[in-house]
Amino acid sequence: MTTTAPATTSSRPAAPGGAPRSRRRSTGTLLTALTWILAVGFFFPVAWMAMTAFKQESQASSNPPTFFFEPTLDQFRAVIGESGTYVANSLIATGFSTVLVLLLGIPAAYALSIRPVEKVGDVLFFFISTKMLPVVAVIVPIYVIAGQLKVLDNIWTLVVLYTAMNLPIAVWMMRSFLQEVPAEVLEAASVDGAGLLRTMRSVLLPMVAPGIAATALICVIFAWNEFFFALNLTASQAATVPIFIVSTMTSEGLFLARLCAAALLASLPVILAGWIAQKQLVRGLSMGAIK
Amino acid sequence: MTTLTTQAASARRAQQLRAARDKHELPRAERWRRRGPLLPALLFTIVVTQIPFLVTIWYSLHSRNLLRPDSDLFVGFANYGDIVRDSTFRGAALNSVVITLGCVLVAMVLGIVLALLLDRPFPGRGVARTLLITPFLIMPVASSVLWSMAMLNPTYGLFNWTLGLVGIDPVDWTSTYPIVAILMALVWQWTPFMMLLVLAGLQAQPKDVLEAASVDGAGPWRTFTWITMPHLRRYVELGVLLGIIYVVNTFDQIYLMTAGGPGTASANLPFYIYQRAFLGFDIGQAAAMGVVVVIATIFVAMAALRLIFRSFDVKEHS
Repeated sequence: MTTTAPATTSSRPAAPGGAPRSRRRSTGTLLTALTWILAVGFFFPVAWMAMTAFKQESQASSNPPTFFFEPTLDQFRAVIGESGTYVANSLIATGFSTVLVLLLGIPAAYALSIRPVEKVGDVLFFFISTKMLPVVAVIVPIYVIAGQLKVLDNIWTLVVLYTAMNLPIAVWMMRSFLQEVPAEVLEAASVDGAGLLRTMRSVLLPMVAPGIAATALICVIFAWNEFFFALNLTASQAATVPIFIVSTMTSEGLFLARLCAAALLASLPVILAGWIAQKQLVRGLSMGAIK
Repeated sequence: MTTLTTQAASARRAQQLRAARDKHELPRAERWRRRGPLLPALLFTIVVTQIPFLVTIWYSLHSRNLLRPDSDLFVGFANYGDIVRDSTFRGAALNSVVITLGCVLVAMVLGIVLALLLDRPFPGRGVARTLLITPFLIMPVASSVLWSMAMLNPTYGLFNWTLGLVGIDPVDWTSTYPIVAILMALVWQWTPFMMLLVLAGLQAQPKDVLEAASVDGAGPWRTFTWITMPHLRRYVELGVLLGIIYVVNTFDQIYLMTAGGPGTASANLPFYIYQRAFLGFDIGQAAAMGVVVVIATIFVAMAALRLIFRSFDVKEHS
C-alpha cells in the first residue's frame, strides 16, 4: 500500500506535484495497467464459467483445459428444459416476498421517520437485531413447526420466511430514503388538506420511488440467492433455483458444463440488475447508512 | 433554571423540556394513529423471528430426537454442558472465527487497494468497476460450485493447471487445505463488497478539504495519512462489522465445497449445527448450540449497531 497510495492521491487534479510530470504520468500508466490486471483477474472465474457453459462435457473436464472449441447450446437447452418448476418456485418466492416486504416495510418506515412513534431508536434496533441473529439458531423450531402445520415443502413457507429475512433491511433503507423528503413538502400537502393516504400516494411515493426500487432490488437479490431455508424446508414440490444447481451435480458421469450453464443462468438476473444499479447496491448493503 | 448561567444554555434546556413535553403530551389517539402503520411489520417480525427463537431456548433444555418424537425429556442445562465438552463444537467455533476474520480482513485489504486504484480517472474506469463487482453478484451456490469444481478440482481444475505451468504439482485443495479453499471463494465474493463501501467513502471526501490541504503544501502522502485515512476509518469499520455479520453465517460454500470435511476439519458453527439437527436429528443439542451462537453474535452485533448509530446519525431526526 505504501507505494500505491501517494501516487493515487497525486493523480487528483488538485494535488500538488513534487515529482516531475513525466514520472507521474508513467506511474499513472502503471497503476492503470495494474487496475486492469486485477479487474480482469477478479472477473476471470465468471468468464470461465460462461465459457464452460458453451462446451461439451468432455471439453469442460479436460486436462489441460480446453480454450478453443466450437460453442454449443446443448447445456443451456438441457438446463432450461429441466428447470421449469424450480424457476417458477423461485419467481413466486422472490416476487411475493418482495411485494410483501414493501407492503409491510414502507408504512413501518413512515412511522419511524415522517410521523414518528415514540422510541424510534429502540424499534430500529429491534428490527436490525433480528437480522443479526444467525439463521441456524431458528431453523430447528421452524422445521418442527412447519412440519406440524403441514407446510413443509410448500413455497408459501419460503415466501413468509424470505419476507421476515428482508423486512429489517427494507425498513432501514426506506427510512433513510423517507428522511430525505423535505418537511416543507409534507406540510404543504397537509395545508392543502390532503389526507394521510393521499399524501402518501400522490406526494410521498413518487418522491421515494427510486428508494423503493433500490429496496426491492436488494430484497430480490437476497431472496433469489437464498439456499439454507430452501435446502432444509423443501423437497420435490417447492425447491428453488439454488437447489436445482445442486441437483445438476450427479455422482456418475461428467456434469461440469451443465453445472456451469445452470449457474450462469441462475446468476444472470442478479448480475444484470447489479450492473445497472451499482449505486443502489451500496446503499442497500449498508442498510441505508451510505448514501 | 436560575442556576444556569448562560442564555444559550437555558434556551437549549427550555427547548429540550418542550420537546420532552410534546412527546409525552401527544394525545393517546394520535399516538396510536402513529403506531398504526408500524404494527403489521412489527408483529410479523416478532411472530416469525422471535417465537422460533424462544422455542429454540425451550428445545435447548430438552433431550429430543426427531426420530423418536416421544423421547422429549427435560434435562436442564445438560445440553450446554455437553457442548462445552464437545471438542468438535470448539473446533467448529474456531473455524468460524478463522473463516470470518480471515475473509473479512483479507477482503478489506484487497477492497481498500482496489478502491484506491478505482478512485482515479483512467480510461474504462466504469468497465473495470463493473468487472470488479461481478463476483459479489454471483449466486453463492453458483460461486461455491464454480470454485470447488471448475477452479480447484484436483484433476481438471484451472487453478492446478495454472500452478502446473510454473512447475507446482497439483494439490487437492478442498481436502488438503479445505479452509484455504473456502477462504478463496469467500474472499473472491466479499472483496467487491468492501471495495464498494471504501469507494463510497473515498468519493464522499469533501473536495474543499483536500484542496485546502494542497494549498497548505501537504504532499500526497501526508494528505493520504492525515485526511483520507481518518475519513475512511468509519467506512472501514462499517465494512468489517457488516462483513462479520454476513460472513459468520456462511453455509453455502462449506456445504458445497467441503461438506465440512475432511471429517469435521472445515465445519463452521452453522454447518455443524445443521449436521447435528438434520443429519443427527439431535434437536436439543443443535438448539443449545444455536443459543450459544446467538449469545456470541450479540456481542459483535452490539458493536456493529453502536457504530451504525454513531457514525451515520441514525438518531438525528428521531
